[in-house]
Amino acid sequence: MYEKYIAIIDYNAGNIKSVSNALLKTGALVKVTNSLKVIRNASAIVLPGVGAFGNAINNLKIFNLPDLIKREIKRKPFLGICLGFQLLFEYSTEKDRNEGLGIFKGYVERIPEGVKIPHIGWNQINILKTDSKLFKNIENNENFYFVHSYYVKCEDASIISSTTNYGVNLTSSIEKDNIFALQFHPEKSSLKGMTILENFWNYVQEEG
Amino acid sequence: MITKRIIPCLDVNKGRVVKGVSFVNLRDAGDPVELAAYYDREGADEIVFLDITASHERRKTVIELASKAAEKVFIPYTIGGGINRVDDIREILKKGADKISINTSAVENPNLIEEGANLFGSQCIVVAIDAKKVSNSNWEVYIHGGRTPTGKDAVKWAKQVEDLGGGEILLTSMDKDGTKDGYDLELTHAITSAVNIPVIASGGAGKLEHLRDVIKLAGADAVLVASIFHYGEFTVKQAKEYLRKEGINIRI
Repeated sequence: MYEKYIAIIDYNAGNIKSVSNALLKTGALVKVTNSLKVIRNASAIVLPGVGAFGNAINNLKIFNLPDLIKREIKRKPFLGICLGFQLLFEYSTEKDRNEGLGIFKGYVERIPEGVKIPHIGWNQINILKTDSKLFKNIENNENFYFVHSYYVKCEDASIISSTTNYGVNLTSSIEKDNIFALQFHPEKSSLKGMTILENFWNYVQEEG
Repeated sequence: MITKRIIPCLDVNKGRVVKGVSFVNLRDAGDPVELAAYYDREGADEIVFLDITASHERRKTVIELASKAAEKVFIPYTIGGGINRVDDIREILKKGADKISINTSAVENPNLIEEGANLFGSQCIVVAIDAKKVSNSNWEVYIHGGRTPTGKDAVKWAKQVEDLGGGEILLTSMDKDGTKDGYDLELTHAITSAVNIPVIASGGAGKLEHLRDVIKLAGADAVLVASIFHYGEFTVKQAKEYLRKEGINIRI
């Protein structure tokens, strides 16, 4: 029988190990890959990533991934984490201006001065989409682990599923149909993070 | 609002935890990864592993530890001990560690901080500073596990660390370490007021009030705790509940 699996996109942009270990722990089947075929055949996609925006988008291009992601994201469950969330927007002002995947309206810029940068540690999420499949069994104001210096200025308020206060009220997650993306790291957020990944895997099994 | 962090620290020698832990019901309480996973379940916010293996094997043991921890620890963890090359940092992060901690090698080669921060981001470069009081409001940096004085002023060094791109400072008071009569509030305050990166206070925790004081009075962003947890005097949960009751923003 055909088995459902999640393709975790490996494009040399940081900590893939933790994401795949955490998903495996929820019982998910995963393939860490940058093969176009493996990604096309997957039931769902996870796009992780830490580091600089410009490097990440260049690496995606090296593996011919941007067009594939833009196509596949329309038809299967997708979870972006940290940089994998930021890349979904139009551009970033980190170092030089770099174009993103442009799936959603908005851009990425540095967290305003006045707070310690990077934003690193556990912070609360204020859940706006209370019916979110991803946040099932997650209470409002639960803490998750963040580490980033740039943040998403999302220009489509209808997709924002949670916000987090760090000097500014930043978008900590978005959700639109089959697309989910998080600024924080569920794979580093202990039991509650695991709940989110479990919710995603359950969604993949139902829908993917 | 960002929470203050409670970080258990595990000293590891040849793959085994140094300070014995007898109170927890674990299959192997001497296994650092099992113990870290236990602290994760207990509510610890992060883990620091400090490898003190005294041989050329250390490079291998820290990389192994980084890799094994990634399978069972689902909170951020830092690995320190004998890291002195950019390649080591790359390898350890690739295995799944979130941060590395450097001490002696950062003093001997400050360039390592800058190179590491440029390549992997400031957020994963923790610089550990061991400081000892020399006179009123003056502390000297020591290296080689506290054996060698460097003549460097701790506050100046902390600022330099920040300028070079260090993401966090793990500050240990050599005067207070092991005394259990509280963190060095004066030293911690001097450092937290000098830099704008997070400071983890270490050395001297004996009571929960000590944790509160170093956060409230000295501005620490996180507290490193070893023996009071390892010997079962308090649980992570008790510490967190106490701090929250004292009005500190804590994840429970």
